[in-house]
Amino acid sequence: MRTKDFAYWLFLAPVLIALTLVVIVPMLLGVYYSFTSWNGITTGEFVGFQNYINLLQDERFLDSLWFTTKFAIVSVILINFIGLSLALIVTSRIKTSSLLRTTFFMPNLIGGLILGFIWQFIFIKVFASVGEMIGMDSLQVWLSTTETGFWGLVILMSWQMAGYIMVIYIAYLQGLPKELIEASEIDGANSFQRFRYIVFPLVAPAFTVSMFLTLSNTFKLYDQNLSLTGGGPYNSTEMVAMEIFNTAFVQNTFAYAQAKAIIFFVIVAIVALFQVYWNKRREVEL
Amino acid sequence: MRNKRNWKIEILGILLAILWLVPFYLMFVNSFKTKKEIFMDVTSPPEKWSFDNYITAFKELDFLQTLFNSLFITVTSVVLIIFFSAMAAYALSRAKSRISTVLFFLFVAAMLIPFQSVMIPLVTVFGQFEMLNRGGLIFMYIGFGASLSIFLYHGALNNIPRSLDEAARIDGANRWQIFWHIIFPMLKPITVTVAILNIIWIWNDYLLPSLVINKTGSETIPLKMFFFFGEYTKQWHLALAGLTLAILPVIIFYFFAQRSIIKGVSDGAIK
Repeated sequence: MRTKDFAYWLFLAPVLIALTLVVIVPMLLGVYYSFTSWNGITTGEFVGFQNYINLLQDERFLDSLWFTTKFAIVSVILINFIGLSLALIVTSRIKTSSLLRTTFFMPNLIGGLILGFIWQFIFIKVFASVGEMIGMDSLQVWLSTTETGFWGLVILMSWQMAGYIMVIYIAYLQGLPKELIEASEIDGANSFQRFRYIVFPLVAPAFTVSMFLTLSNTFKLYDQNLSLTGGGPYNSTEMVAMEIFNTAFVQNTFAYAQAKAIIFFVIVAIVALFQVYWNKRREVEL
Repeated sequence: MRNKRNWKIEILGILLAILWLVPFYLMFVNSFKTKKEIFMDVTSPPEKWSFDNYITAFKELDFLQTLFNSLFITVTSVVLIIFFSAMAAYALSRAKSRISTVLFFLFVAAMLIPFQSVMIPLVTVFGQFEMLNRGGLIFMYIGFGASLSIFLYHGALNNIPRSLDEAARIDGANRWQIFWHIIFPMLKPITVTVAILNIIWIWNDYLLPSLVINKTGSETIPLKMFFFFGEYTKQWHLALAGLTLAILPVIIFYFFAQRSIIKGVSDGAIK
């Protein structure tokens, strides 16, 4: 098959048309709209960088960006730590290995919206009643303060995503050459040394993949945010994705929301490219 | 190697697994209680396993219709994504040229774009063409799902020797026959991965259907669940029964296909 064949274009046509109409055209239109005063009904006029200048002083947007960044950093660290620990547990010589794997992975199959509702029940009802039982007042106020909302989201995401990241680490751990581990055992390395000097450097590629996935998933989070805290109290746990949604569909300022969405894209793209580049550099070549 | 089992690690693992299941346990036991019972005690099993909450939730969620809507949208979208992406990846991998490289790069680059960045123009444009309906939604899933699927198929296709194509061509098969009868069956392992990743994503997706589907009776499970939850915020016994119902199809699917699911997800992330 050659690119000038008719068949070539016929094979590509369905996805090319879909990608163009669903992603490329809206993206280009989006860049254009972000420089106008469009509100969804009238096209609006060209306003240059006004939307971008405004969003630099938009406290609600900047707060959501800061909240999202904090949330992403804490979650990425926790999810990777828990995920790698779970992977090490289930790949050691234990009987219940596959049952444990199945259990830890389960939350990933269920949508973020539904998981958020389940945890809302746990944080609000169960925490409160357990708090009453053991006399801990701090358990009474979950999700009603910014702090507890933040940690609520972190707990929910760690619980959901750790099993996913575990699966990725397992794939790399099982690919480790057995001879290397045995050789180190014979040379008298203890289990910590084995992990630090042999396993850890060799699973570096797993870090690239896992960090990328957790960072992009936590930074773009919407469903869990919506169902667990709804952005409350007083929009203090509102993350960027939700802030953009509200600017667009609650306040009906489409062009302004679109400018925020473009900034959001630029941040996501820079982080993703930087991370892949940085991790590739320190991976160990086998 | 020494053949001793690590008891300490095993016990730690089991304790963690129990901790992981606690949210599901709490959801399950409380979904059978009355409002008053939940108020009295949230941690223990119900005194009487009554299905009253489920009957109400089943009716309010219009469960069979909603389940069918989710199944219809997911299955149709995933089948089309598999079919079209495999075709496109086949063309891109067999015709090596600058155009193919650029197109492949375009598909991969599209993965970097967050949904929120195209959401507003997408909904407006599709709205103007009266495409905010199920057909439009399925079309959008093809557009958003194609990138990763093409990427995965492309990798697998590069491992299938081109001499196979040529042999079939000499035997008189045309392009379509080569793809459909020879290449596509060989892609089965990656097709399973592509299917599973797309099923999990589309089945659970909330935001896109919430913007596209605005006809009562066409809602998918997450969409209906959102409205249902909003209506019964302070009535946890009903909300929890609804949540349990919403999760049930996924748990059944997981029970039968867990091996392929875990393998698919891990292959999809690594490749």
